[in-house]
Amino acid sequence: MEATHDHAHEDHSHHPTGLARYFFTTNHKDIGSMYLWFSLIMFFVGGFMALVIRAELFQPGIQIVNPDVFNQLTTIHALVMIFGAVMPAFVGFANWQIPLMVGASDMAFARMNNWSFWLMPPAATLLVGSFLVPGGAAGSGWTLYPPLSIQGGISVDMTILAVHIMGASSIMGSINIVTTILNMRAPGMTLMRMPMFVWTWLITAYLLIAVMPVLAGAVTMLLTDRHFGTHFFNAAGGGDPTMFMHIFWFFGHPEVYIMILPAFGIISHIIPTFARKPLFGYASMVYATSSIALLSFIVWGHHMFTVGMPAAGNLFFMYATMLIAVPTGVKVFNWIATMWKGSMTFETPMLFAVAFVSLFTIGGFSGLVLAITPVDITLHNTYYVVAHFHYVLFSGAIFSIMGGAYYWLPKWTGHMYDEKLGKVHFWLTTISFNITFFPQHFLGLAGMPRRIPDYATQFTEFNQISSVGAFLLGFSQLLFLYVIIKCIRGGAKAEAKAWEGAEGLEWTVPSPAPYHTFETPPAFH
Amino acid sequence: MDNAIARKNAVLARKLVIIALIMGGFGLALVPFYRQICEATGISQSRIVAQKASGEVDMARLVTVEFVASNSNGLNWTFEAIDKMVQVHPGQQTVVHYRVVNNTGRRIVAQAVPSYAPTEAAPFFKKLQCFCFDQQTFAPGESRDMQVIFVVEPGLPADVQRISLSYTFFDVTAEPGVKG
Repeated sequence: MEATHDHAHEDHSHHPTGLARYFFTTNHKDIGSMYLWFSLIMFFVGGFMALVIRAELFQPGIQIVNPDVFNQLTTIHALVMIFGAVMPAFVGFANWQIPLMVGASDMAFARMNNWSFWLMPPAATLLVGSFLVPGGAAGSGWTLYPPLSIQGGISVDMTILAVHIMGASSIMGSINIVTTILNMRAPGMTLMRMPMFVWTWLITAYLLIAVMPVLAGAVTMLLTDRHFGTHFFNAAGGGDPTMFMHIFWFFGHPEVYIMILPAFGIISHIIPTFARKPLFGYASMVYATSSIALLSFIVWGHHMFTVGMPAAGNLFFMYATMLIAVPTGVKVFNWIATMWKGSMTFETPMLFAVAFVSLFTIGGFSGLVLAITPVDITLHNTYYVVAHFHYVLFSGAIFSIMGGAYYWLPKWTGHMYDEKLGKVHFWLTTISFNITFFPQHFLGLAGMPRRIPDYATQFTEFNQISSVGAFLLGFSQLLFLYVIIKCIRGGAKAEAKAWEGAEGLEWTVPSPAPYHTFETPPAFH
Repeated sequence: MDNAIARKNAVLARKLVIIALIMGGFGLALVPFYRQICEATGISQSRIVAQKASGEVDMARLVTVEFVASNSNGLNWTFEAIDKMVQVHPGQQTVVHYRVVNNTGRRIVAQAVPSYAPTEAAPFFKKLQCFCFDQQTFAPGESRDMQVIFVVEPGLPADVQRISLSYTFFDVTAEPGVKG
């Protein structure tokens, strides 16, 4: 279809084909697709590491990997999933959907967009390739805490470089997204009439611009401590490792919301579509999202209740953290109110959205438990924390990504996906997810520490349940891949408005969305 | 995309780049900011210096003080507390000794850094004299006993009955600015 579009006014008047098309493309839909494929590949890479971890934890004792490799696996699993899978997936959605949703012809800076994407594969190669260098990958945990990250080998430098590159890519992507949203909306689309996904990404992009440079600063200081004789974090020269934790989590906590706000946006589209009602409390959704973003800057200390902050500090971070439950509660309330008395149907995207609301809320509640300083002092660095953040990141972020993929696949491919297989994928994922992660709450409460390859024998049963669930969960995702490929290759023809209850500009263009859309801004009512 | 929008986009992008740069600067500014907060609140001191004790002695109370010695990564000499444990009355001036044997066969300049457990005891633990105030130079094979003179202030919270003082020696021979 793209061969017919050689408009003279386009800065790329002929389309390269094959690999070159993707290498040189400045088209937001191509770049969006590349981000999504990249994310899916990294999801499987990170998932493979998770399965090695779970295989090792199937029994007490050391069976499959030695403790060093185990630490490297937990470190790179996390970095790959955060920077390689979740964030690029949301950027992929942003690229595909934001221009379509606001009625723009493309992103504001199409060439920079290409560059943002093509920085990612080299960064991922550095990260995953660091397993091959002498000493293996970084084993300091994804937080790269000194002194371990100062003592590690060349792989730590590779990891730092990868973080720098991915950070640069995120900042460029965010500048692009903010500019597109603020300057290129269709006439009549005021800020308070923007689709929720666009709103959540606008706020997320600002968060990224604000905190990615802080992370870059922190890892640069690590690098100079390692190689240039500075002592920011090196206690031998009067530095302070605790300072790294403060700077890191000043980035790290907003980062957590960077990974969940776009998810909120996606869910805020799926639920109204399949409840056939407009989103309940649109304005309160916007304000709740903004408050979550603002609060995210003052709660970093709850990641470090055990480092010996003064009681006043601990209390401040505890109350500030609990405050976040208020806007989050507003959002959950609004989603449920949207479903209330709606004409609901349960296609795959809706199943993922409903599961998101319930399971993410469980993760939110365990987060509230962890926010209580004295409780956290017991649960810190146990499997309870692992269970908590997998509930918010897997059944939160990743469920929304999967739901969003099913929701917009008809628009992207022009075909309806296989609904039956989609539902099978959903149920397999949801059931095995809970088998994997729910028992980890019990393990944590019983005192099993995280990031260890071996454990006391009384933890065996729950670990075995968790490992069986993990393998089921991992292999179920092959079905996701199959459904996507099947949908690309064929299937029932999708209408322009693929879902009966769908609203928004993206459903006014044909399915699949033509290579160029909205070259003249649409009328928005 | 028409030129007016392109120009608007460029202006906005420039502003966003400036925000990113400012936040990068903010990240680096957190370093002095953090040090100042720690100093102002007494959480840590950038330089370990001699302190004065208030003088009064609480003869009714006894506090156990334990002494721990450890070396940082890469420093393989002998460093130990000669007095492992003492019982003191709050306010009472006490002398304990640590010993270093430089059995590494090379000259070493080292800095000791103290830390306390529990942390709430730290503000009430006053060192009048300590080998940690200055960098110490040891010739190859040298053995030296070093003094710590301290007072536990009577204001120490009542639930603290046992304090651990731990010193870690860091090898700073290769650091820039180290003479000798």
